[in-house]
Formats: sequence, C-alpha cells, structure tokens
Amino acid sequence: MLITLFGVAVVVFVVIRVAPGDPIAMMLPPGATDADIARLRGLYGLDKTIVQQFFIWLSGVLQGNFGTSISLRQDVLGLVFNRLPATLELAVTALLMAVAIGGTAAILGARERGTAVEAGIDIASGTALSIPDFLWGLVLILLFGVLIPVFDISGRVSPQLDLPFVTQFYLFESILRLRFDVTRDLMSHMVLPALALALPLAAIISQLLKMSLKEVITLDYVTLARVKGFSETQVILREALKNAALPTLTLVGVQFTFLIGGTVIVERLFSYEGLGNMAIDAVINRDLPLIQGIVLVFALLFVLINLSVDMMYALLNPRLRHG
Amino acid sequence: MDEGRARRRGVSPRLWLAGGWLLIALLAAIFAPLVAPQDPLAQDLMLERLPPFWIDGAEPGYWLGTDSLGRDLLSRLIFGGRIAFIVAFAAAFAACLVGSTLGLIAGYFGGWADRIISRIVDVWMAFPPVLFAILLVAVLGTGLSSVILAIAIIDWTRFCRVIRAEAMGQSRMDYIENARIAGYGRIGIMLREVLPNVVPSIVALLSLEMGIAVIVEAILSFVNLSISTDDPTWGGIIAEGRLSIHQAWWVLVFPLITLILTVLSFSQFGEALKARFDPVLR
Repeated sequence: MLITLFGVAVVVFVVIRVAPGDPIAMMLPPGATDADIARLRGLYGLDKTIVQQFFIWLSGVLQGNFGTSISLRQDVLGLVFNRLPATLELAVTALLMAVAIGGTAAILGARERGTAVEAGIDIASGTALSIPDFLWGLVLILLFGVLIPVFDISGRVSPQLDLPFVTQFYLFESILRLRFDVTRDLMSHMVLPALALALPLAAIISQLLKMSLKEVITLDYVTLARVKGFSETQVILREALKNAALPTLTLVGVQFTFLIGGTVIVERLFSYEGLGNMAIDAVINRDLPLIQGIVLVFALLFVLINLSVDMMYALLNPRLRHG
Repeated sequence: MDEGRARRRGVSPRLWLAGGWLLIALLAAIFAPLVAPQDPLAQDLMLERLPPFWIDGAEPGYWLGTDSLGRDLLSRLIFGGRIAFIVAFAAAFAACLVGSTLGLIAGYFGGWADRIISRIVDVWMAFPPVLFAILLVAVLGTGLSSVILAIAIIDWTRFCRVIRAEAMGQSRMDYIENARIAGYGRIGIMLREVLPNVVPSIVALLSLEMGIAVIVEAILSFVNLSISTDDPTWGGIIAEGRLSIHQAWWVLVFPLITLILTVLSFSQFGEALKARFDPVLR
C-alpha cells in the first residue's frame, strides 16, 4: 500500500517536471527582470535538482505540508480539504443511489426470472453499463435540466442561500441542523451528477446480484422457506439476499474507486465545486503543487477504499474468518 | 443446441447494427470533404442557431442546424469523426501493444517479472484515469499525437491485467508442458503457443478500448485540452452545446447521439467478438 502511494508520488512528480511550460513565467508581469525570476524560482524551490525537489516535497507531504498553490496562492492542503467534502458527499450519494437502483433491479429481476420483466432489466442494465458517466451526465442535463427542468444543472448550492455551516459537508450538516430547505437545494443540485455516476455502477450491481440471487434461490433452504408459505419477495429479501450479497459487496468496493475517478469530469460537467473540478483548473493553470496534492489525495482515497474492501471481505466471509 | 442457435440469432442483428453504424461513420469521416454539405469552419452570423430541418426556420442544406457562430452542425460532426476514429484506432492499438506484451510476459514468465509489472499496474490503477489523461495532455502539450499517447499511457493496464490472467491460465495447461518437452524455448512457447490462445481476448478488448478512446478524446476536447481549437471535435461541439443549451439544444443533442451510438457499437462489437471466439460461450 505504501509502495503504491510512493509510486504514485514519483510518477506525478516526474510527469509534472518534464512539462515544458514554466509556471513562474505565467506568474510574472511583463517586464520582470532575471533577478525577479531567480528569486521567485528560489522561493518555490524550483532552482534545485529534480531529486532534491522530490525529497523536499515528499518530506513536506509527510508532515502535512503540500506546498502553496501557484495560481490561488493558498495552502494546498487547505484548498484540498475545502473541496474534498463536496466530492465525498457526491460520491457517497452516487454509491447509495447505485446500490438502491441496482439492488431493486436485481431483486425484481430474480423474482420475475424468465419473464419479459427480467429481459427488460437485462437490456436496461446492458445499456446503462455501456454508456460512461460523462455521456449519462449530458443525457440527464438534456432530460431533466432542459426538457423537463426539475433539477439544477450547475453548481453545488444556490448562491442566494445563507449557509451558517462550520464544515464543508453541507449535505450532512444541513440534515443535522434540520435546515431542510438547504438539504433540498443541495439535493436538487446533486441528483443529476450523482445519478450520472451511479447508473453504470447500478448496472453492474444489478447484473451480478441477480446472478447470485438466481443461484441461491435454487438451494434447499430457500425452497424450505417457500414451502413454509413465504411469498417469493419475502423469500428473496429474508433468505436469499444475505447469502447472495457477498460477491457483489466486494465488487462494489472496487467499482467505488472508479466512481470516484468519474467525479473529475462529472463535476466539471455540472460546474459542481468539488475536488475534481478544481483539479482540471489546476491542470489548465499549470499549478504544479496543487495538481500533486490533489492527485495524491485521490490515490490515497483509492488505496484506503481497496484496503477497507479487503478487510470487509475477510470480516464477512465466514471461510476467511479464522484464517 | 437450440439455445445456442437462438443466442446467435439474438446477437446477429445487434452486431449488424453496430457494424453498420461504425462503417457509415467511418466512411463519412474518411470521405468528409466529399460528404459534408458545408465547410465545417465557415462562420456566417446570418445563419446562427438555425434549427434542424424538421423545425420551422430551418435553412435547406443545413440538415442538423447550425451553432452560435452559424457553422453547419452536420459537417462539423462528420469532420469531427476523423479525429475520433484516428484517436480510437491509434490509441487502442498502442495501448494493446504495450499492455498485451507486458501482460503476456507477466503471465507466462511469472516470478519477479510478474511482480514488477503487477506493481506498476497497481500504481497506475491508483490514478483517477480522467485526471491522469488531462494531466498528461497538459504536460505533453495539446495535439493529436499527445492525445493518442496519453490514452495509450493510461489504458495499457486494461490489456495487461486481462492478458496476464489468461496467459497465466494457459501456461499451466498440459499442451505447454508438451511443447516444453518437445524442446521449444520459453520465448518460442510464449509466442507460438500462448499468444494465439489469448488473441480472442485481445481482439475483444481492442474493440472496447476504441470506444473508451473515443470517449476520452471527447472529454479532453470538452475541457479544451485535445487538438487545436480550429478543427471540429465531438467533445468540442458538446462543450459549445453545453454553453448554449437553452438557446440551441440541437448543438448538444446530435453530437451526444453520435457519441452514444459509436460507443455502444464498439462495445457491442467487442462483446460479439468475444462470444464468437470464446469456446465456453460458443
């Protein structure tokens, strides 16, 4: 895990340092002297060798110092932490939507197995899976932002609302403070980008969970429940689901990292003020410290999710429990 | 037997539709100067935001309408297809070459070669791919070759992971042992025995990757980091459409439909190829 993170740090650093553009040149007003340039280069540590720069940066990172953003002239870590909550709220909302949609489709498909309903679910999930989040975002903008304008298609929250919040977790805090007017406004902004991220994952969940449900449904203990007089829906929900869910659960964990990767462009598409949107600005502005910080935070997030999936799998799988 | 036949009958029309769309789009792109009704770059402020042909106010010769600068949308889509297909083919082949080679080596030789390659793949997978692509293009500079290179640098892992697993499975089979007893060298076995058996997977992945490359190119041109801004690209048209969505929805709708059809076709094509080659599914 640490080796992976170190690898990411090295790759980002190398990629950025071979960039032909000079960030210092972009910061200076026309007519700056060579001495000005040299002083500024010294200030940002750009006058040392690449290896020196890497280790200076890395030791700073390990102490929580990610450097100063060149374009925004603020502490990188502060900027990242300011935006990260918005991205996390979006990603978690999308994950919940994916589980709800995919789970419902799987249960319905397993109950109606062999019918036109199941065939319809198969076609829908096949389509949802083949179209990436970027295109779903555009489709949703057209459908529910323009054709039937029921949701907001840009921003995170309406600017006229006053937000007396202490954290950047607006959605979470608005619920805690019972400010449901803000919650509604936040959700109206978040529904479409979250749905765009959720649909491909929902398709995967529905396909895999339906397959495992259909296997479990044929087992003896499920037949017994049916004989006892439970309805088919009850049989699936009470008996089959908990044994069929494990393979899906591990897959969801891995796919969640892909979903987070998707926030970068989906946030851009919906002008949602999250980490991904800031990352694209940072790349366009050639803001090296900010790019490094953001990419590293994303990588850390990915590694942590994979780690917790492994741990969850070990916890939930009875065969690995004593291993 | 009956089921197999039914399945093949079920796949066929989809395969034909997918192949048909790709062929039409590809031919239109190749012969763009002959097919396109207008000059894709010609601006005419008298013709700005003309609607598509079935709506009142449309102008003959501008079938899908015009954008906010009065440029013909259909012609821009046709010319945009050139960039899309060049990127799709070049990036997918480059990613395939690098990824399949490394995957074959890792899967067949195992040991430390496998450990190093798998570790690099792990590092690569910890990057958000879209951010990585944008970062690479920003570093390499915009332009067609940068876009192709960036996609290949990011997506070789898709090939590497699948081919590694398949080569690993193949190298445990009896026929590999027989080839070794027959006196073939390790590289000879890898190229002559293992490679032909993983080709079906490579071909299917290649088709999928072309669809992905089309999307990545569209995303890059959407954030204005693809090729030079003059040549029309599907992502660039979408970016314009996103801005004028309330005044001219068609500027967003038609490139979106084009992209969706193209991506769906590539993935259907890939799945059909996989089903055709895979002895278990067949």
